[in-house]
Amino acid sequence: MADPMEEIRASFFIECEELLEAMQDGLQMLEDGAADGETINVVFRAVHSIKGGAGAFGLDALVAFAHTFETALDGVRSGRIDVDGDRLKLFFRCGDLLADHVRATRDGETLETAAHEQVVEALEALGGDLEEEEIGDFQPMAMSLDLPGLGSDGDLPDLGSLGGLPDLDFGMDFGEGGATASGAWLIRFAPKDELYSTGNEPLYLLRALADLGEVEVTADTDRVPDLDALDPAAACISWTILLTADTDEATIREVFDFVDGLCELSIKTAADDAQSNADALGEADLPLLDLPVAEVEPEHDAPAAPTPEPEPVAVPESVAVPVAVALAPPSTATRPALTAAPSAASDRKPTAPHATVRVDLERIDRLVNLVGELVINQAMLSQSVREAGVPQTSPASSRLDEFLQLTRDIQECVMMIRAQPVKSLFQRMGRIVREAAAAVGKDVRLHTDGEATEIDKTVVELLAEPLMHMIRNAVDHGLEKTEARIAAGKSPEGLVTLSAGHRSGRVVIEIGDDGAGINRARVLKKAIEKKLIPADAQLTESEIDNLLFMPGFSTAAEVTSISGRGVGMDVVRTAIVSLGGRISITSREGAGTTFSISLPLTLAVLDGMVVRVEEETLVIPLAAIVETLTLNSTDVRTLGPETQVVRVRDAFLPLLDLGTELGYRTPRGDYSGAIVLLITQEDNSRTALVVDAIEDQRQVVIKGLHDSYGHVPGVAAATILGDGQIALILDPIDLIANASGRSRISTRAELALAG
Amino acid sequence: MTKTILTVDDSRSIRDMIAFALEPQGYRVVKAEDGKDGLAKARAERPDMIVTDLNMPVMNGIEMIRELRADASFNGLPIVMLTTEAQKEKMLEGKQAGATGWIVKPFDEAKITGVVAKLLG
Repeated sequence: MADPMEEIRASFFIECEELLEAMQDGLQMLEDGAADGETINVVFRAVHSIKGGAGAFGLDALVAFAHTFETALDGVRSGRIDVDGDRLKLFFRCGDLLADHVRATRDGETLETAAHEQVVEALEALGGDLEEEEIGDFQPMAMSLDLPGLGSDGDLPDLGSLGGLPDLDFGMDFGEGGATASGAWLIRFAPKDELYSTGNEPLYLLRALADLGEVEVTADTDRVPDLDALDPAAACISWTILLTADTDEATIREVFDFVDGLCELSIKTAADDAQSNADALGEADLPLLDLPVAEVEPEHDAPAAPTPEPEPVAVPESVAVPVAVALAPPSTATRPALTAAPSAASDRKPTAPHATVRVDLERIDRLVNLVGELVINQAMLSQSVREAGVPQTSPASSRLDEFLQLTRDIQECVMMIRAQPVKSLFQRMGRIVREAAAAVGKDVRLHTDGEATEIDKTVVELLAEPLMHMIRNAVDHGLEKTEARIAAGKSPEGLVTLSAGHRSGRVVIEIGDDGAGINRARVLKKAIEKKLIPADAQLTESEIDNLLFMPGFSTAAEVTSISGRGVGMDVVRTAIVSLGGRISITSREGAGTTFSISLPLTLAVLDGMVVRVEEETLVIPLAAIVETLTLNSTDVRTLGPETQVVRVRDAFLPLLDLGTELGYRTPRGDYSGAIVLLITQEDNSRTALVVDAIEDQRQVVIKGLHDSYGHVPGVAAATILGDGQIALILDPIDLIANASGRSRISTRAELALAG
Repeated sequence: MTKTILTVDDSRSIRDMIAFALEPQGYRVVKAEDGKDGLAKARAERPDMIVTDLNMPVMNGIEMIRELRADASFNGLPIVMLTTEAQKEKMLEGKQAGATGWIVKPFDEAKITGVVAKLLG
């Protein structure tokens, strides 16, 4: 089993992610003007909890940064600091850096500190009235002793500096008002009633004293009344303890830290006590200090009452560890900040922290796989029952229908386990927008919508890169420069929208901007310059827009540091397609551009077209197919012995016989009447793929082959059809890319294996 | 007899850490997520001690302590505040509400077990 401490640490970082999300949400609400009085508290609490947890784990750097941020937020919630647009931007930036900090700490990476220092300075400039003692609360060994007790009496010396002194220096240090002394101490301890009602136990305090050295405890039971007069809630015993120990007053006082104000306490060196035991004094062989009498409370008669625990106390095994202490003198004025905030907390809208269970992803995948089997089995069973001639109205059939329904429900539920809201993904984009906007000097706002939309976890992860790239593009190329926007009569602040939603069984994610739209004349010119298209090509608007997806296409007049990294939209599209997705563009001049990504709900099932080639049944992902056609004799032209093209409307597309490609047959001489599927390549070119028949269009459960066979060119996976037949799921893009120059024999062998 | 300690904290990792520190010492640890949950668990479980955070959603620690102390059946129950806030007024507020003691974060196992020993023996 893993180290439990490591697990707790891991769960802390998971929690941090949740807190960071809550913080982001809150800041976003503040920016959108949707905040109520509680919003700032939520943000504050999120940062505070990160600090608290980090403190518990001794992550000092994280604590320090969170603390600075928290202090500024506290200033906001107490009204000391007003929030305006610039400050909100700073808070967003802090949030981003805090996230960096958390992740760097989690991954054991070192953080680039320049940005942090800048932000910390800006934050500190905001909350200039940071109080000294507030800083103390994040120092690793938070030990701030305020002695003596409630020291409002002016005649008592300030012993507040005690904690910082060495434990024992043979009493030679007289400088700090008698900070250390060793030898015999006389302690008088008289609890008040409240000491008991607040859950303190004198016995344990005496034990803690015994841990310091040798003790001689005398209980004063004079005030204990007769049984019939006894008030069980009253304190009536006091103790006198003679402690022989090499220690200082601060250490002794620390034992009583919790009962400060709940008892009468006097601590003196035995030498200083005129009535003290002369023997004890004799043992003190060092010069003793003239310690002041530190009375915790003004004299007060302890009421008489019963005995909870008498007699000298044996030294127990357990070790009382010193606890950091910081107790306020009542004279310290309460900051106004603290009075308003907590009361608002109770009517906070619950953000519903649902109970969750962490499960190994592997187990879920196994479940998904098994449910896939169940679906297949169910389909086979249905088919068998039908073939056996069981009437539709028979009880067996109707129960089978119920079984079908249940199977589908189970499948849906299981898929939902892997599903994740796109929210976390969208939140990361907020930062990308802010950073990109800052880099190009534009004023940009991100609007997100449909964050609760759920999609397969793997898809969420794999979508981050392409999305980031598109967001950067939108800020950098999509939106005009501020002056141009003003000239066009638009708001100087550019808007980037990111939305997610379900549409006909798929998830659609749209990235839009309200910029100038695609400059089609320029795109066309560029494409011709780069010889991507013939100079005389006649393209529709949509075809021009799609040129953006061609490899190596970049229209930005000036290559900027943020999006001009040589990664084009072609890479984005490849990534989307590999997820079984499609991407399209719509653009209106002067009004903006929207990229629309359509994705399958899960990677475990696929919309496929079931086709036949020779005697083989194959599945081709629907996402790759743009069109299906039946060829006329006039459509096909032969260019060479094995090179044929098809004329589709005004374009000539290469013709590829799937049967030949897979090695099932030799090329036919004549393809008229053949059925072809038009497949779009990554470079936007199309290829016509010949098949013998289209059988069906259906969802199939994907069975990976990778673990058993590695990568087989042109084959994505396999599936089991309803009749129990195994069919390969092809990767047509890979297949076409590999169409020339590979050995058909070997492919045949591989496929035979794979099947 | 096994003693029960109730930890009230909105942070799961802190709750886990407290359980991690105390369970090997033979304590039974019950967890609650906020003050309101803490009150309910305190009433249901009758713990021997409570370790609570102060700044929590729904009901903060100080309100919870006040409510507990208003109930005579919790008389004498040790309640320890667990907080980063060495800010004095917070501590004082907690004490006035009836807290027994406090643990200042950062804490480690020794710190927690030390305080528990001091209050539960």
